[in-house]
Amino acid sequence: MNEGLSIKRRIFAKKKICKFCADPNLKIDYKNPEVLKPFLNEKGMIIHRRQTGTCAYHQRKLTTAIKRARIMALLPFVADVEME
Amino acid sequence: MFELWKPVKRFRKWESLFIIHPEKVEEKDQILERIKQIVEAKEGEVLKIDEWGLRKLAYPIQKKKQGYYVLIEFYGLADLPKDLEKFFRIDERIIRFIIVKLEDRFSPTEKDVEAKQV
Repeated sequence: MNEGLSIKRRIFAKKKICKFCADPNLKIDYKNPEVLKPFLNEKGMIIHRRQTGTCAYHQRKLTTAIKRARIMALLPFVADVEME
Repeated sequence: MFELWKPVKRFRKWESLFIIHPEKVEEKDQILERIKQIVEAKEGEVLKIDEWGLRKLAYPIQKKKQGYYVLIEFYGLADLPKDLEKFFRIDERIIRFIIVKLEDRFSPTEKDVEAKQV
């Protein structure tokens, strides 16, 4: 009975691959906000690497790049604010 | 023996992205000229000037929604960013700037060699 339960509980999640490790041509650069945008949620916050599957090394590069892009107004600090 | 203690001239390479006030874009050439002066005072050189043009800002800065982006690449002695930063902060025509180090040790002579190979 226990065995049956454990099998039921197991979640078959697809293993996420770091986007930047898979494609070495893709460079993390604060001047290119299009590359950084998929790693922000709709509010403009940085998504946890548990969700995106980025490796620790690239997540570190990513956060600095996003923060630099925010300073230069290439990415928003808060995305909800509407510009009229 | 004392020759070892000679101060070594260390060159570094940086890039800088800055935003010019949208109403003062005409003075862009003056700003670039001033930057060139500052860089050349530290035995450096501006290697590349890339103008992105007027772009929409992600959020308003000084109540402005647009800005004129300019990207420059330059090298010079190690204390060059200090002077450049001072200029950027004082000048009112520049609303935002960032200076990023590209190479810690850069030799101007090697640059010419590379250029010849290409």
